[in-house]
This record gives sequence, structure tokens and C-alpha cells, in this order.
Amino acid sequence: MIPVIFFVVLITFVLMHLAPGSPWDKGGGRQLSQSVVRNLNIKYGLDKPVWQQFLLYVWNAAHFDFGLSYQYEGKTVASLILGGWPYTFTIGALAFCLVVPIGIGLGVLAALRQNTRIDYLTMTFATFGASFPNFVVGMLMIIVFGVVAYNVSGGNVSLPVTGFGLDDHLIMPVITLALLPTAYIARLTRASTLDTLRQEYVRTAWAKGLSERLVVLRHILRNSLIPVATALGPTFALLITGSVIVETVFAIPGIGRSFVTAVESRDYPMILGTTILFSVVIALANLVVDILYVFIDPRVRLD
Amino acid sequence: MSDALLRVQDLHTQFQTSRGLVRAVDGVTLEVRSGEIVGVVGESGCGKTMTALSILRLLPDPGRIVSGKIMFRDVDVTAMSQEEVQDFRGRDVAMIFQDPMTSLNPVTRVGNQIEEAMTAHNKFDVNAARVRVIDLLDRVSVPESKKRVRNYPHQFSGGMRQRAMIAMGIANEPALIIADEPTTALDVTVQAQIIELLKQLNREMGTAIMLITHNMALVASLCQRVVVMYAGRVVEEGPVEQIFTSPQHPYTWSLLRSVPRVDRERRDRLISIEGLPPDLARLPPGCKFHPRCPFAVQRCREEEPPLADVAPDQMARCWVLMRNVADDSEPMVRLRANAPGQGATGD
Amino acid sequence: MASAVAVPSQLIDWEQPEQIGLWGDAWARFRRNRLAVIGLTIVVLLILDALLAPALVHFGLLIDPLTQDVTHIEVGPGRFGHLLGTDELGRDTLTRLMYGARISLSIGIFVQAIVLVIGGTIGLTAGYVGGRVDNLLMRFTDIWYAFPDLIFVLVLVSVFGPSLLSIFGAIGIVNWVSLARLVRGQVLAIKEKEYVEAARATGSRPLKIVLRHLVPNSLGPIIVTLTFGVPQAIFLEATLSFIGVGIQPPTPTWGQMVNDGYQAVFANPSSVVFPSLAIGLTMLAFTFIGDGLRDALDPRMRR
Repeated sequence: MIPVIFFVVLITFVLMHLAPGSPWDKGGGRQLSQSVVRNLNIKYGLDKPVWQQFLLYVWNAAHFDFGLSYQYEGKTVASLILGGWPYTFTIGALAFCLVVPIGIGLGVLAALRQNTRIDYLTMTFATFGASFPNFVVGMLMIIVFGVVAYNVSGGNVSLPVTGFGLDDHLIMPVITLALLPTAYIARLTRASTLDTLRQEYVRTAWAKGLSERLVVLRHILRNSLIPVATALGPTFALLITGSVIVETVFAIPGIGRSFVTAVESRDYPMILGTTILFSVVIALANLVVDILYVFIDPRVRLD
Repeated sequence: MSDALLRVQDLHTQFQTSRGLVRAVDGVTLEVRSGEIVGVVGESGCGKTMTALSILRLLPDPGRIVSGKIMFRDVDVTAMSQEEVQDFRGRDVAMIFQDPMTSLNPVTRVGNQIEEAMTAHNKFDVNAARVRVIDLLDRVSVPESKKRVRNYPHQFSGGMRQRAMIAMGIANEPALIIADEPTTALDVTVQAQIIELLKQLNREMGTAIMLITHNMALVASLCQRVVVMYAGRVVEEGPVEQIFTSPQHPYTWSLLRSVPRVDRERRDRLISIEGLPPDLARLPPGCKFHPRCPFAVQRCREEEPPLADVAPDQMARCWVLMRNVADDSEPMVRLRANAPGQGATGD
Repeated sequence: MASAVAVPSQLIDWEQPEQIGLWGDAWARFRRNRLAVIGLTIVVLLILDALLAPALVHFGLLIDPLTQDVTHIEVGPGRFGHLLGTDELGRDTLTRLMYGARISLSIGIFVQAIVLVIGGTIGLTAGYVGGRVDNLLMRFTDIWYAFPDLIFVLVLVSVFGPSLLSIFGAIGIVNWVSLARLVRGQVLAIKEKEYVEAARATGSRPLKIVLRHLVPNSLGPIIVTLTFGVPQAIFLEATLSFIGVGIQPPTPTWGQMVNDGYQAVFANPSSVVFPSLAIGLTMLAFTFIGDGLRDALDPRMRR
């Protein structure tokens, strides 16, 4: 895990320093004077050689000090991240709670009733869910549930279109965020379950006289969900990338949106800090999944 | 003579596939008596496994039992409801499959899988169940049974896995065990041990065994009666010694000839049967074996022979019958005289 | 003598004819897949559209995408001679959609070319050289794979600016992993085969032989992987445009159009719907084609 994060930090840092121009060239505004620029450079440590800056950065980062944001005068990156964290986390966690049961449920259902209408319906849903980018889905939802509903019902029934709140403000963003990962998990679960159904031990289970419930739970699912568990890592990554877009579309003040504004305004400390955060979260998620895998699949245990 | 335990009557099992209608089991009638060991032999694709799966109603999609009866004691299995079938499976008739590595759930402990076979049909309290599982493993000669109960299948050797499968099979002391090629996936030395085990179980528990195999040697060492199948139908059946010493159907004769024997003169080539097994979706007219039969005559191409008595307790489905097969000399053949509309044609 | 050298090449040539049957067979199977055919039709139409759009404008059949009809701003579809309405600057939506296809398709093609070059080279090197180089490259690949593509593309674009080149390059850089793994797998499989041993024994360079066999054997899976990469690339570009750091105006892209429409979603929802549908349908079309190709070329299904 550590080499991954280190590598990410290194690459991102190097890229930041390859960027042309200095952060003080705010296009369109007044140009800062030389002495001011020099002072700012000293203040932000930009006058030292690059490798020194890198080591300094790593040291600080390990202490959760990601420096000061370029866009918001006087605010630290860390504080901005902390500020946005609750929003991103709420939406992400809710989406995750939708993705896992619905994704797995649909996948298993489609596999057990292969080639029936249920199978085609769920898989069509999954294909569409995976093919329409989340901002498109978000937009379409806004139009249908925000604009159209408003117009049709004379202003009475509609879902809030922007902003955050612990109420129906959450409905559209969470669903939009959950759509792609759900489709992905559904397809994976279906494929894995179909594969398991072809295995001989399923036939053995039936031959023993077990009921359908037992065969599905103890023999089919127990095996078909193993690959799905390993897919939870990439699912996390999808939720994170998704949150960047969803927060932008629905104007939610979370980390994702801060990242976007940082990119737009070239706020390098912010970009760097957020990127590190994302990669740490994903690396952690993958680590948890790896550990979990040992418990799920007895074949990989060292004994 | 003991009663018939299992009677398959004119069973037809078919698969509707993109290539056409596959007649996997095309009018099979056979019988297993209580405590008897019957061998069902034939090449791959002759329908022996499908017959077995039909008996337990375990046919994979799109297979269907189209007609016929499967009488177990007095009940017709084909007419059973789903619950009745689930009770029937594992309790009255158990099945052991070919490859124990893939036939056991890789992520569940072996002990649990055996226990499951028991608790599906009877209530056990937790401890009694555990004790019984260990006892079953002992019965099939799995060493260190107390430790092995907690193992996973990948920690067992091939032979031990098959023993575990057998333990699962006998867990409810069924009247009949169907063993589908139980030794094909195992080493030769282990094969002998498994066969011994089956013999022992038959002796001690009186369990009838239906052994499905393509290996005539196994049939010779284990079975009392043998049923020979070809292209989804029975072509010969009878007691083992009789069939082995005087097979009446050319296919049976060919199968026996193709087994290399140490006590005979060595030849330069192995004898095999010419041609390939027929496509079950496009069967030839007349006798299904005639394209590969060295003794086929015109009638064989036109009319399918019925399964008829050819000797005491032996039946064969053939117009041309064989004599003099005590050694390797070419058998003399004799056309069957008792078919309607056909005069006797001499030897 | 001649025979010692002739034998390996005879073996090799004898293997080739097998492949010809594969393509005819595959096309027949592909044609039977209705969704794949629909997808292909859509893509062909798009290609025609992309190629012909400037000509249509030249001959006056289509309004120039840069023309601003200031008297008719943000009108709905079908009014004032604008088949699909206009945007906030009075530009005709239909023609901007048609021009947008040029960008989307270019992204698809050029990005996959980059992916092929990078991924192919890395995969070939890792598979052929093996040993420590292989290990190193695979670790590198794993690290790269774990990182979310959108985030990294945003970082790259923030550094190098939203030019056509940097966007193409960024998307290509994040997506080469699957192809690299595929190529490596194929190379490893071929290395195992006897004719490589035989060739080595006679002194000829195995690299040429490997390459000679790599292409026909892995062409199928490579095409499938590249096809599936197209919707990913379109998705990334559209997202970048939507956020505002994609290809800059006045070149119309679908993502931009969604973003522009976003501002006016209450007044004129159709300006969002059309580009959204365009993006979604195009991604779907390529996904269907990819599925169809994969099933058609599946070696397991060969008679």
C-alpha cells in the first residue's frame, strides 16, 4: 500500500512542478509585483530546489499538513478537505448501501432466471446504467424530477435540484452516484453466478436432496460472491470518481467539488492534497478487500 | 430372488437443442434388485449418465423425461412432486459422481458437506450429527477422521475425496447408490481401493449399487449383472460371467475384445471398434450399431431389432448372434431365426 | 541441410490458415446479434456524419455551428428553422451535435491508438523479456490500475492545459493497462509453444516468430479490448468538457453542450437532453459492438 501512495504523490508532485507558469499568474487580474511574488514564493517555500520541496512536502503530508490553498487566501488544504468531508462521506456511504444489495440482488436474480424476461430486464438496466455517464444521468434526473415535475404539477411536486440537506435533497445525488457501480456489480455477479451454476458441486448438492434455498445460499452464493467481494475495491474507486461529478452537478459542497474548482483554478496544493486523499482511501479499501478475501476463500489460506 | 428395487421402464429422455432433438435415452428398460451390483457400460455419449440423472431427476436444461416410468419400490419417480423428489434424493437413492475435486464445494468444510447430506433428511442434534459424520468417515476408511472433518476439499487427496463423496452417499443408508464412473479420475492403485470399498459396503449394508463405467475390467471385478448400452438404448444384458464368456451382441463382443489381456498372445495393434459413436440427433435407420458392426447384414440396415431373450437370463438386441467366442478366433455368427416374416437362414 | 531449417517454418505456415476461417465465422455470428448490429449501424451513421458535416455546411444544407442567430436565443426544437433549437448564444443545436460527433469519434480512435502503442509495447516487453523486467512492469501496471482514471486525467489536464493534445494524451495514458495485460498474456502463451523452441534451436530469433504469431492470435481480443475502451474515452472527454476543462469552445463537444444547457435547464431542458442522449447512445452503441465482437470471436464457441 505504501509504495502505491508514495508513487502517486511523487508523480503528482512532479506534474505540479512541470506546470507552466507560476501560481501567481492569475490570468485577467492585475499582475503582482516582483517583490510580492518573491515574498509569496518564500512564504510558500517555492524558492527551494525541487527535491527539497518534495521531501518537505512528504514530511508535512505525513503530519496531515498539506499546505495552504492557492485559491482561498489563508485557508489550509487540510481544513478545506475536512470541511467537505461530511458531505462526500454521507452521499458515498448511502450510495454504497444501495450498490451492494441491489447490485448483488439483481445479478443473482438474473443468473438464476437466465434467459427469462427478468434476466433481460435487469441486464438491460445494467447496460444502460453503465453506458450513460453519471453527469448525463444526473442531468436527466434533474430534468425529469426537477423541471418537468415542477411544471406538470404547478410547482408542487419536485425534488430539490441543488444543495445538500439530510432530506430529499439526497435522493437524486445518491441514486445518480449509485447507478454505475450498481450496474457493474450486477453484471459481475450475474457472470459469476452463471459460472458457479455450471459447477459439478451444485449438482452434488441437488443430488443430496437439499432444498432450493439451501442449494442457493450454501453452495451457489457462497462461491459466486467471492469474485464480487474482490470487486468492491474498484467499486470504491468508482464511487470516488463518481462523487467528483455528482457533487458538481448537484452543487454539493463536498471534496469532489472542491477538487474540480481546484483543477479549474490551478490550486496545486489543493489538487495534490485531494489526490493523495483519494489514493489513500482507495488503497485502504483495496487493502481491506484483500484481507477480507482471506477469510472468504479458504483455498488461499496458508496452512 | 429378491424383489426389484428399481425398475426403469421404457424411459425416453430428450434434449431439444439448436442442432435438433437429441434422444439421449431412447427406450431404456432396466432393473436393479435389492442388494445387487449392476454395471451399466458403454462408450461416452451412449446415454448411461443421462439414464442415471433421469432416475434422480437431475437432468440439466434443456433435458426432459419425455415418457416412461421409473419405479422405485412402488412409486413412480417421474410422477413425484418437487418435495417428494427432494426427499427421495439422497435418502432412497444416492449418487456419486466422477470427479471428486469438482464435485465437492471448495469453500465448505468436508464435515459440513457430509453433515448436510444427513440433516437434509433427518433431524439431528448438533453433537449427534458430528459424531455420526466422524463415524461415516471411519466407515469409508479416511484416516484421522476427527481432524479431517474440519478440512476443506483441497486438503484431501483424490482418493480421500472420493471416499468422502461415498460417505456422503451412504449417510442416510440408501437402498441404492448410483456410482457414475467413480474411479475414472483416480490413480490406478486408488481405483482398486475404491472398488474394494464399494464391495465392502454392499456386503455390510446390503446397499444395491449401479456402477456406470466404460471400463469392462471394473465390471468384471465388482458387478453381478451387466447392462450394455449403445446410442441411448440397451443392447445386451445378463449375468457378468455369461456376458463375458459368451457375449451375443457384436458391440459387447467388440468392447470385450478391445481390452488388452496379459494372458493372451500379444498382438501388434490394439483392437478398437471402427468408426465413431453416432450423433444422437441424427441416428441411422435400423440397428443403431450397424454402421460399425463387422457382421451387419441388409436387415440390420432396415429394421431395428427388439431386445429379446438369447439365452437363459440374457437378452440382446441383434439380428445376428454370436457363438464361439471362448478364444480370439472369429466368432461364428447365426442370424436370428425367430423374427416374424423371416425364414431361418443357416450358419 | 535445408530440412533442419525448413521444418520450423513449415510448422509455422501450417498454423496460419486456421485463422481465415475464424473471421468469416465470426462475422456470421456477429450479424446474428441484433444489438451488435444496431450498435454498428449507429456508429457507421456517426462516422458518416462526422465526415460529411463540414460538406453539408458548405453546401448550405446545414447551419454553420459557429453562426450565432442572436435573434433566436435558446429556442426550443423545431422553431425558427432550428430543428433541435438553439443554445444560449443562438447557435443551432443540431449542427453542433453533428460536429460534436467529430470530436467524440476522434477521441475514440486516437486515444485507442495511443493505448495500443503504450499498452502494446509494455505488454510485449514484459511478456517477451520476462524475469525482473516483467515483475517491475507488472507492479507498475498494478499501481497504475488502482488509481481512478478521472482523477488522474483531471490532474494531467490541470498541469498541461486543456489542449486537444493533452486531453488525448491524458486519456490514453490512463487506459493502457488492460491492453498491456492482454498482450503480455498472449506473448507468454506463445513463448510456451514448441515452435518457438524449435526456432531457437535452429538459431533464428524468436522475437520475429513471436510477433508473427502474436498478431493473428491476439487480434481478436485486442480489437474487443480497444472497442470497449472507446466508450470509456468518450466518457472521460465528455466529463472533462462538462466540468469545463475539456476541449474549449468554440469547438463544439457534447460534454460542453450539456454543461451549457445546465445553466438554462429550467428554461430550455431540451438543450441538455439532446447532447446527453447523444453521449449515452454512442457509448451504448460501442458497448453493444464490443459485446457482439467478444461473443463472435470467443474461441470456445468455435465448431
